[in-house]
Order: sequence, then C-alpha cells, then structure tokens
Amino acid sequence: MDILLKVFLAVGLLIAFTILLCTYRAVVGPGIFNRVIAVNVIGTKTIVLLVLIGYYFERPMFFDIALLYAMLNFIATLIFAKYVQKGDLCSR
Amino acid sequence: MLEIIVVAFLAVGIFFMVVGAVGLLRFPDFYTRLHATGKCDTLGEVLIIVGLLLYHLFHYSETPLVCVKLLFLILFIFITNPTATYALMRSAYKTGVKPWKLGDERQ
Repeated sequence: MDILLKVFLAVGLLIAFTILLCTYRAVVGPGIFNRVIAVNVIGTKTIVLLVLIGYYFERPMFFDIALLYAMLNFIATLIFAKYVQKGDLCSR
Repeated sequence: MLEIIVVAFLAVGIFFMVVGAVGLLRFPDFYTRLHATGKCDTLGEVLIIVGLLLYHLFHYSETPLVCVKLLFLILFIFITNPTATYALMRSAYKTGVKPWKLGDERQ
C-alpha cells in the first residue's frame, strides 16, 4: 500500500496545479462573476485536497474539516449571488 | 487488483478536474466558463472521493464510520455544486451579463 500513498501525493500535487491555473482566472478575470466562479472552483477542489491530506498523513480529522469546508463554500457562493443580484442580504 | 481500481478512479477524476480548469481558462465568456466548471468539477471530485472510499473500505476496514462521512461528502457535493452553479448563473443573468456571440471580442 506504500505505492498508493505516493499516488495520493501525485494526485494532490496535480490538484494544487489546477488550483494554480484557477488562481489566474481569480486574479485577472474581467468582472466580478468570473472571479467568483474561480473562487468557488478553488474551494471545491480544496475539499478533495483535504481528504487526500487526511489519507496521506493518516489524520482522520481532516474528513470533518472537508465536510465543514464544503458547507462553508456553498453558503458563501449562495450569499454572494444573492448580494450581487438584490443589493442587500435581508430582502426577499 | 484493488490498487488498479483505485488508481483508475483517481486518474479519471484528475482528468476531469484538469479539463475543467482548462475550460475555465480558455472559454470566451462567463456562461461558457460556468458550463465547463459546473459539470467537470462535480464529476471529477465525486470520482476521486469514490476511489478513496474504496481504498478506505479495503485498507482501513476497522473504522467504517469514515466511509459514512465520505458518502455524506459525495451526496453533499452532488447536491450543492449544481445548486451553486445555478444560483450564480441566475444572478448573472438578472444582473445583465450579456452572453458571448460569434464575432464578439473575447472577454
């Protein structure tokens, strides 16, 4: 099973590389919506990266952190979409 | 045998994630970028987590509760990621972002 841990490390590095590609769109991207989808994609990739870190370093608590991060990322995206469309957060 | 299955799941998943990132970089406007990332990222992440779930099921079979956590994570990604894509698309359409047509300048 030692080979699979090296495969996990390689997959984690590839995910970090794709996060780097998305960072270009988050920094340069014209307009506010391109930046927001880039940040949302980076957040969802981070979930998988956290699970891989949990297996590579054999720390089971990273799965709970991944669940929490999924919920936070989803709520942040929804709140942002509502804020840009309506102008404030309390109106219906 | 187990290693081959797990590596196959991880390879297909990472392929979809790289395709989604390239689509996010190269497509011409907001809606097409959302189209690229909304599907490729969901499928890639779910495939990678399914591979890790199989690895856990056979290698750490003394702690089956973590499998339930990973199943909840798969379910959650399948529900929330298309919902976030839909909400962002609707917000952009109501705010007045124009779709790209052939011949327009790339944004």
